[in-house]
Amino acid sequence: MLLKLFWMTLKIGLMSFGGGYSMVPWIGSEVVDRYGWLTESRFTEMVSLSGLAPGPMATNIAIAVGYEQAGLTGAIVAALGMILPSFLIIAAIGVLYVKIRGSKRLQSSLYGLRSVVTGLIIYSALMLARANGMFELTGWFAWSQLIIFLGSLAALMFFRKHPVVVMIISGLVGIALYA
Amino acid sequence: MRQQEKQNLWLLFISFLKIGPMTFGGGYAVLAVMEREVSERRKWLQASEAADVFSIAGSVPGAVAINSAMLIGYRVAGLFGAIAALAGILLPTFAIIIALSAVYLIFRDQPKVEAAFLSIRATVVALVVYAAYRIGRTAAVDFPAILIIILTVGLLYLGRGVIHPALLIAGGVAAGIWIVRIRKRSGKEIPPKKEEPVYDYMI
Repeated sequence: MLLKLFWMTLKIGLMSFGGGYSMVPWIGSEVVDRYGWLTESRFTEMVSLSGLAPGPMATNIAIAVGYEQAGLTGAIVAALGMILPSFLIIAAIGVLYVKIRGSKRLQSSLYGLRSVVTGLIIYSALMLARANGMFELTGWFAWSQLIIFLGSLAALMFFRKHPVVVMIISGLVGIALYA
Repeated sequence: MRQQEKQNLWLLFISFLKIGPMTFGGGYAVLAVMEREVSERRKWLQASEAADVFSIAGSVPGAVAINSAMLIGYRVAGLFGAIAALAGILLPTFAIIIALSAVYLIFRDQPKVEAAFLSIRATVVALVVYAAYRIGRTAAVDFPAILIIILTVGLLYLGRGVIHPALLIAGGVAAGIWIVRIRKRSGKEIPPKKEEPVYDYMI
């Protein structure tokens, strides 16, 4: 179990460009479909919780999953797995300390990488929206979700509100609407 | 270990421990805070070096805040420095997410908590869309880049569960190098980015 957890987070950690927003669907498919550790709705809850905590989303989700599966040890194993790939790469860069920044090859690989990561993050958003039933567009609930989504996006994008503030206000709106 | 080295490790740990909680909710201001701490206050790096560090940290896998902390720790005090900085930046996050999980497990069945989270779920989608918008702004510099974005989403959607993201990442890097090379041969360069990208979407 711990070994599986470590292996899974190691793989995700190695691929998590873009702060892990891009990796949300893959963490989901691993823990829900492949290992059957969580139900889909429990996973969605964890994603929301991770958004509420400081720190990178993917690492937070991994820590939460590890904690639920195997307590504190699980949480530590998950965090180590997520960070080990970056740590090794950083250590290698530190040792070599080549001046990477200006390198043409890096610039041109970043050119493609950024686009793919954007695509991955858009896909993450699509999958999360689908899990929330936002695309059904039938009935009061789906519409209310859509309106909350648009309101939150406007608050982040145009009014530049801090994400935590937006989350808290959203929580209050939820209590008013759904309780 | 000499006294000076020990003190450096401790300072690294403490500095990043303070920064850790500021990565709250996606940590949009964390790099600025980090720069102030490491270059102005502690004088570990010069401002231009700090920009280098953030740029490298955003180009390798993992979160930019954590990567930056490790890289700065490494520059200041070697491998142990990297570990001290990592422990510092990670500890608050780690404690908070576990506390949140534990508290949530107790109160999740309360109708009010359930209702609040129904709404927060939709807000999280907005958060992810916003992240996509921020990185997309630095990514979508020209037509081929936009094409890669659309292709990625399309392939992922059609090949659900079949196409591995690692494959797409590798493909994207290869396509990027290839496109730039073709461009160069025909005498065109990649359009310069309008601004130095700020990697806060990576946190």
